Formats: sequence, structure tokens, C-alpha cells
Amino acid sequence: MSAMRGLGIRALHHELAEGRLTASDLIQDSLAAIETADGRVGAFLHVTRERALTQASAGEGVSGVPAPARGLLAGIPFAAKDNLCVEGVPTTCASRILEGYVPPHTATAVRRIETAGGVLIGKANLDEFAMGSSTENSGFHPTHNPWDLTRVPGGSSGGSAAAVAAGFVPYALGSDTGGSIRQPAAFCGVVGLKPTYGLVSRFGLVAFASSLDQIGPLTRSVEDAAIVLQGIAGWDELDSTSVQVDIPDYLASLTGDVAGLRVGVPAEYFETDMDQGVRDRVMEALDTLRRLGAEVRTIRLPHTRYALSAYYLIAPAEASSNLARYDGVRFGVRANDAPNLLAMYERTRSAGFGPEVKRRILIGTYALSSGYYDAYYKRAQQVRTLIRQDFQTAFAEVDVIVSPTTPTPAFRFGEKADPLTMYLNDIYTIPVNLAGLPAISVPCGLQDGLPVGLQLIGRPFDEPTLLRAAHAYEQAAGFSGLRPTALGEVQ
Amino acid sequence: MTSELNLAGRLGERVEGHFVHLTTDDVVHVAALARLHVTSEETESLVLELSRILDYARDLQELDLTGVPATSQIGITTTVVRADERRPSLTAAEAVANAPDEDEGMFRVPAVLEG
Repeated sequence: MSAMRGLGIRALHHELAEGRLTASDLIQDSLAAIETADGRVGAFLHVTRERALTQASAGEGVSGVPAPARGLLAGIPFAAKDNLCVEGVPTTCASRILEGYVPPHTATAVRRIETAGGVLIGKANLDEFAMGSSTENSGFHPTHNPWDLTRVPGGSSGGSAAAVAAGFVPYALGSDTGGSIRQPAAFCGVVGLKPTYGLVSRFGLVAFASSLDQIGPLTRSVEDAAIVLQGIAGWDELDSTSVQVDIPDYLASLTGDVAGLRVGVPAEYFETDMDQGVRDRVMEALDTLRRLGAEVRTIRLPHTRYALSAYYLIAPAEASSNLARYDGVRFGVRANDAPNLLAMYERTRSAGFGPEVKRRILIGTYALSSGYYDAYYKRAQQVRTLIRQDFQTAFAEVDVIVSPTTPTPAFRFGEKADPLTMYLNDIYTIPVNLAGLPAISVPCGLQDGLPVGLQLIGRPFDEPTLLRAAHAYEQAAGFSGLRPTALGEVQ
Repeated sequence: MTSELNLAGRLGERVEGHFVHLTTDDVVHVAALARLHVTSEETESLVLELSRILDYARDLQELDLTGVPATSQIGITTTVVRADERRPSLTAAEAVANAPDEDEGMFRVPAVLEG
């Protein structure tokens, strides 16, 4: 058993502060775990070995600073999804079109962690441009679920989730446009937090769907999620969508007390097809919350059934616009045989983008095109209003909303070859992005040896209540210690 | 074992009912707008795949949305601007460092005009 694995961020910080471990120990430990097992998992696209070792020893140079003065993230390794730019480190978005791209800037979320002394270990795999739910759409290689290597880790932050589940890093950053943090967290048995839209700066996050994208942590515990959120939340002048709000003390909200908390269970979510095992685990979780003194009641979110349709028009529409920048002129690859500029654009994009990215660009272009805009894009935006209003009405009666994160546990590679069948996997996570709300996935047990995720949804900027509920549940349920066994002695 | 869910069941009914038939021409037209070159083989499968996705979205048509405002962003009420002041930025060399083809700090592209 290595020094690092099994310990949360606070415990690791304690070890560093007491001098029992150094930052270099943690980095070496993380690199060794990756060396041993990432050949089987495929969580990383790029490991920043030398950079991490240099940073860790530099950090030790200033460890003469009294330990309590250094933040909880100092000296602790982390991974970043490879759609987060880091100056001098290759950033591909798992797309061939960005092969060789080395950004001149660092994402604000990453910069804040590095400023706090956190050490980047590597860039994690994803579905190309974060479009997918299984990481099968990576342009480089798939990622395998550490619980069962024949199954997907979810997506699109599949590399981030697998890296945390496999014990390669204590935490990772991901991005969530329609469930891309929460769904892989559920599939890999870790915690995944999608913060309120606007709470975390997206500067340096390669844009997919700008009205939906949000950066958040994947961790082993709710406490760790609170610690990382504390490190990355807050206004940033470099992101015009970042919101100026007071940032609360998230750790202080983890009181363990949910007595009297009003928990809403959306009837519409449970009327959909879901695995019986998922249903059972979520019902057991609701029993646990009741036992803790929470008041569980049924609520209605009547427009839920339209959310998926609205999302799969809005997100591709925004993507078709955002991905117009990949033109072979300023960065990335270029098709070299083109006789003129237009042919160069077309050949570059056709060779550089994978099939799912092309599908979404085409759907989005269609939905925005003359003659179809009103029927598709505009109606989707109107439905988005109704979905948001559903949540506003519900949150007048309840403090958090609870559901499964996904209808099934992790599926096998190739099992959802049809694009639409893959999209249906996001049915419980998508409405949250459309409404801009915070939500978290927490492990709520196993079904046939695979993790099941419980989703909790909160009011805008009410991460304190969301984290308090998730933490109280986690502590009472006792599933946070579950570790995958598929990697053998590495675990 | 994970049971096989019939999540796409609704789709199957719709395929027989109100299938949105995109034509090959539609796909070629949209691909041109999107600056994507699609082969005839790709076009064939895209006609089917895109039709199924758009058909799924047909349920949006059944809602009465009269008077419902559109939501394009959450939480943004004003356009954010900053003072128009010079501040540190990339040098020309840094700006073109990732370019597939550059010349003296400029991006070089194939000829835009014929002749």
C-alpha cells in the first residue's frame, strides 16, 4: 500500500504538515501508480512527469513557511481533463485536430490550484471535445473503468473519473456540459460536483457549449469536493460569464446535520426506464436520508421529458459555433494538399474531427440554419425556460432534489453504438445544466459489483446546502471507502 | 448483470410514425455550411443518424410555447465590458507559435483569390 492511496486531501495535508511525507513523495507515488496501471486503464493522454517533479521540489523549498499557513491543496497532485489549457503542456481535447497544440495560457481553475501549491500530474482523457458519455469518442484511445476493465468509465470526463477511482491522483478536474462530471463519477464510484453556472471561471476551458459548460472536481469524498471547490470558485475578469458572488466556507457547511432538510424526489425521473438495481440503491439512499431526519417528499418537474430534446439541439448549436475556430489557420493540424482556402478548411476539419463531433456540428448547424431555426433552436430555448421554471417551483418547496445520476451502471464498450441510445444515458443530468444549477453525484452502493451514483441537485449558488446533504448521506451510508478491485495489487 | 434497457423504445415507435426524412442534399448542404467535407459513404449514414436525432426532437413541436420567452443564458443580465486599456498580451511570435504555417509573425494560408 502506497503512502498516498486511501487518504483524503485533509489527511494528506496533515501528513505533509507534520513532515511525515513530502510533496515529492506524493508525486513519486502518483507517477508510480500511473506507471504500474495506466497501461490498463488509459486515464491519461499526457503525464507531466518532469514538470510535476520540479514543482514538487520547488514547493518543498518554501516549506519553511509554517504548515498551517499553507493551503490544503499545497503539495498534493491532481489531474486535469485535457480540455483545460495549461501553459506549455499539450492540450488536445482528445481530438486529432488539436494534436501538437501547446497553449500559451493556463485555465484559471488550474492556475488557482497551482497558485495554492497543487501539482499537476497529467492531462486526463475525454470524449473528443467533451462530446460523449463513455470516453469511447476519444481520438487517441479509450479509457477503461477501474471497476471492470471491460466497461466504460463514462464520459466525457472519463479519464478524470478513472484516474481518481484507480488511485492515481486524490482528485481531478473535469467539465460538465450535460453530465460529463457526474455520470463518469457515478460509473467509477467517485464523487463528482458540477457547480452552479458562473461559480467557476471557464477561462482556459476549451469551449463546447458555452451556456452549459462548467468546471468542477472529481474526488473520493464530498469533503474533498468542498476543498477543491473552495480552491477554484470565484469571480474572474477573464470569464465574462463568471459571477460576482461571495464565496462561502464550503468546509464549514459539512455539519453532518440534515434534520428537517426538505428533500424532493422528482416523480418524472422515476417514471423513466431505469435498472432495478439503480432504483433500489436510490430508494435505500432516500431511507438513509429519512433516518437522518430529512423530510423526503415527491415533487413534479413536468417538462423533464423535453429536456433531452432541448439539450441535443442547444448544445450542438453552440458547439457548431464554438468549433468553427478549428480552421487549420491559427493552431492544430492543417490538411496540406488543398488548392484554396475553402478546400483547406473543409479538408482540415473533415480529417481532424471524429464522427460524433461531426454529427453534433451538423445537427447544430441544421438547427440554426435558415428555415429550421424557429422549429428547433428557438423552441429548444423556450423549453429551456420551462425546465428552469420547473426547478424554481420545486425549490420553493424543497431544499435539495435527489435522483439517480444515471439509469444504469457502467456499460460495456460498444454497447451503445447508436448515438441516440448513448444520449439517453444523460437523461437525469441534462436538466441540471439547462437550468444552470449545482449538482453532485455520490456513490450509493453497488449493483452486480458496479458502482451506482446518487445525484443531489441544489439551488443556484447554494453549494453549502448541497454539500451538507451529500456529506451527511455519504457519512451515514459508508460507501466512500469502496475501492475497485479490477487492478489487483495497485489498489 | 446490467439489464438491457429499452430506452430507445420511444424512438422505434417514432421511426414508424413521424420520421423526419432528411435527404442526401440536406446533409450535403448543411455540411457545406459547417465547412465539413463528407464522403458519399458518410452522407448515407448521416442521413439516417441525423434524421433519428431530429425525429426524437419532434416532441418539442407538440408543446404550446406561445408567449414563453427563450433562455439563451443563465444568470447573465448585462454585457460585461472592461476598460479599453492596453495590457500585457501575447507577442506576435507567441501568437503564431501554434500555427501550422507562419511567416514573420503572420499566419500564412492558401490563396484566397484565384489567379
